[in-house]
Amino acid sequence: MTKLVEWLVGVTVVLVGWAVVSFDLLDLRLPDTYREVAWPMPLYLLVSFGCYSLATVGYRVATFNDCEEAARELQEQIKEAKEDLRKKGLKM
Amino acid sequence: MSSRKTSPPSGHGGDKYSVLLPTYNERENLPLIVWLLVKYFGESGYDYEIIVIDDGSPDGTLEVAQQLQNIYGEDKILLRPRAKKLGLGTAYIHGIKHASGNFIFIMDADLSHHPKFIPEFIRLQKEEDFDLVSGTRYKGDGGVYGWDLRRKMISRGANFLTQVLLRPGASDLTGSFRLYKRQVLESLVERCVSKGYVFQMEMIVRARQLHYSIGEVPISFVDRVYGESKLGGNEIVSFVKGLLTLFATT
Repeated sequence: MTKLVEWLVGVTVVLVGWAVVSFDLLDLRLPDTYREVAWPMPLYLLVSFGCYSLATVGYRVATFNDCEEAARELQEQIKEAKEDLRKKGLKM
Repeated sequence: MSSRKTSPPSGHGGDKYSVLLPTYNERENLPLIVWLLVKYFGESGYDYEIIVIDDGSPDGTLEVAQQLQNIYGEDKILLRPRAKKLGLGTAYIHGIKHASGNFIFIMDADLSHHPKFIPEFIRLQKEEDFDLVSGTRYKGDGGVYGWDLRRKMISRGANFLTQVLLRPGASDLTGSFRLYKRQVLESLVERCVSKGYVFQMEMIVRARQLHYSIGEVPISFVDRVYGESKLGGNEIVSFVKGLLTLFATT
């Protein structure tokens, strides 16, 4: 099963469940409060997923390590390497 | 962290590590990356070879590589040039054919991947017998140098989207500093058709599909010291296309 199919199956299951409760498709005679809660649910889910995504990406951008130390170390090693390679006879 | 091992260098179960270095116009960087590889492999005592796959660089990368071969020996530096630029996937296939190691490192030759992490890759691989170990910029002490806010946002955003859509079981999909068991790399490279950034992503996604075990080592990524690093509109479009292709086909 490809990821696309997995997603389609997942979304279909959720939508069917939502439709059954919201529109009382199976004539279950659910209390009205169920319907009122279920009806705007997809929008709530979408909005909360959007918020979660923004928060996660924002947090990860803010905490992305800047490897200053690694860059400094590399620069020093480049100097060392150039000197050593010159001694070994490398012509750049 | 100790940089030197106290155990004797010989042995290590007869493992040998072949480093594949595809190059194109890396005359400045190649001697430096080779020097660093020799330094860290030498200190850790693992058996190794470096295979330079130069795709007909007009800047004389191959000539520099020949000088390096004279300095470090033909058993350590192997030159397997090709006439022209033919893409990363075929470069790996070409390299594997000539590799004598049972493990293979792939990394960039532009100094963004530091060989100091190599002993950690090897240690982690041995600990749990991982099929592949991937360097990650997104976990633990991993990180980047030389990226502005825009670059970081694109990178994190693309990574998040990919994690949501593909659930690949690895945190850094577009990174290309990795250690593979030889036959694992062979079987993956055969299956991968993508180009550019997406190639590395496809390798990891296919690895998950084939139930290979994946280990991760946090690495610091120092963006190109010499030469230009690019991330333009074209790269982003081809990344999204590749992502959607993988989404629909794996």
